[in-house]
Amino acid sequence: MNIVVCMKQTFDTEAKIALDANGKINKQGVSLIMNPYCEFAVEEALRIKEKHGGEVTVVSVGGPEAQDALRQALAMGADKAVLVDPGMEEVDEFTTATILAKAISGLQYDIVLGGFRAIDDGSAQVAGRVAEILGLPVVNVVTKLEIADGKATATKEIEGGSQVLEVALPAVFTAQKGLNEPRYPSMKGIMQAKKKPMEKKTLADLGLDAGQVAPKVKALSYFLPSARAAGKIIPGEPADAARDLVKALREEAKVI
Amino acid sequence: MNFDLTEEQQMIRDNVREFADNEIAPGAAERDRTGEFPLDLVKKMAALGLMGLPVDEKYGGAGADYVSYLLATEEITRADASLGLTYDAHIALGIAPIYYFGSEEQKQKYLPVLCSAEAMGALGLTEPEAGSDSGATKTTAVLNGDSWVINGSKCFITNASYSKFVTITALTEKGKGTRGISTFIVPTDAPGFTTRSGYEKLGLHSSNTTELFFDDVRIPRENLLGPLNNGFKQIMQVLDGGRLAVAAMCVGIAQACLDASVKYARERVQFGQSISKFQAIQFKLADMKKNIELGRLMYLKGGWLKDNGRPYTLEASIAKLFCSEMATRAALEAIQIHGGYGYMKEYPVERYLRDAKLLEIGEGTSEVQRIVISRRLGL
Repeated sequence: MNIVVCMKQTFDTEAKIALDANGKINKQGVSLIMNPYCEFAVEEALRIKEKHGGEVTVVSVGGPEAQDALRQALAMGADKAVLVDPGMEEVDEFTTATILAKAISGLQYDIVLGGFRAIDDGSAQVAGRVAEILGLPVVNVVTKLEIADGKATATKEIEGGSQVLEVALPAVFTAQKGLNEPRYPSMKGIMQAKKKPMEKKTLADLGLDAGQVAPKVKALSYFLPSARAAGKIIPGEPADAARDLVKALREEAKVI
Repeated sequence: MNFDLTEEQQMIRDNVREFADNEIAPGAAERDRTGEFPLDLVKKMAALGLMGLPVDEKYGGAGADYVSYLLATEEITRADASLGLTYDAHIALGIAPIYYFGSEEQKQKYLPVLCSAEAMGALGLTEPEAGSDSGATKTTAVLNGDSWVINGSKCFITNASYSKFVTITALTEKGKGTRGISTFIVPTDAPGFTTRSGYEKLGLHSSNTTELFFDDVRIPRENLLGPLNNGFKQIMQVLDGGRLAVAAMCVGIAQACLDASVKYARERVQFGQSISKFQAIQFKLADMKKNIELGRLMYLKGGWLKDNGRPYTLEASIAKLFCSEMATRAALEAIQIHGGYGYMKEYPVERYLRDAKLLEIGEGTSEVQRIVISRRLGL
């Protein structure tokens, strides 16, 4: 069972987002982590490997700093890593998915896993696009995954409940919280991570050129949410307070 | 010069930090109250390879360097100083003498058991009448046929209730002072060996502190550790490593003081604004930060020297002295910043003070560190 995990490095969940002088998100001094949803995907891949054997390859698109997130996956127990540096500042989901799909197509795989979304841009598009390009079925927001006889039984979240789907492999699955509890890498795992293969590729190595992956979406501007104003407590008897509240919602907040 | 941690050191620090935040910190206040030894956490740490972190893989360790061990010690202690002390005593005092001075056979026999935390590491050095003057050891070991017969007692020994064997010092030749002391590995189930853990302590409540009693305890001749009458020198070497670990613990406590104080100062409003806006508070926090950075640099330098096979006795003493005194000061200031709340158990800072104070005493008091340093000045 060969498993490929698509992975993204993101800002730490506790990182403070600030904009630089050019109105872009300031990455200086921000600590970076493996996207938590990707961590579920890596953990699931390791569990499948432990049960069925095989090899886990983690693939990411990003600059040299993304090696840290890949190394974390290797320390958890993944076997090898592939990093494709697109060599461009701005990418979109099309760019990333096109590169990932190309990188994955050169690997052996029965299962492709990814986080269902990244905590930074939250677009939840990349894994689905990868599946489309590779011509694979995809099951999103998976909370349980079982593999047997060349098939997968996946439980996915749907509005108000869950749905159990059976799908033939190879297939793409995206991980939702609840799929598993990711392990801490062991100290031995950390010590061994550096000895595991980390392939660094450029677009040219994959047979792509910048034009083929040029982003189709351009971010025009970024802005921070306005600071939250202090709450307001409406005093008085319940009936009076309710009237004042409705009035405030209508006239001040203008939400009703 | 290069101040960067290696990739492995960073990963170990970051992952231990996450483990400490998620697994160790949540129960620390409760354990301080009950004094319960967290065996479950120790087992989890063993499963991650932390309990034998700087030990070669062939003895069941993780094969990391001493700097990594110190970074891990800081993070664990930041979350719970009791567990930090347990960890320090297990590796820097329990594992170290066997790892450094044991025969191949002894290392094969004892180290895997320690690295898996099947047994906790412990070192029996201090006695009721031999504290700073550890050369005044009264415990004796006499060769009788193929056995050593041990008589005496030890006090303030960390981890021994959870050990299967303890490394101890004993007098093997009277009248030779420190050159008549040897170290032995003594199984805790040897007849005549009793451990007692009845201390009521100011802090570090969930670390295990014991007294050891030896009443005609017979151990096999081969349980001598290293050459005969070399024990004092061995222990001084072990303590150098232990002092770096204590320094790292102190930085962990001071960091916890700073984190709690910054959080509180931002939230606490007096005179119509958060007290973090007052320069009197800001300066206390700035001093804490300054001391933490200096302390961390010093223990890392000591660890680097050790990992590179260079002498580091002086640096270990400087680190231990500076860090332990600054940790107590940080805890006092943290309480001051918290005001009346800081004196209450509702906030963690009073625990930090009770825990920090021991670190100015254990593994060489501040006064002993000053002696070590002043000797280097040729005084």
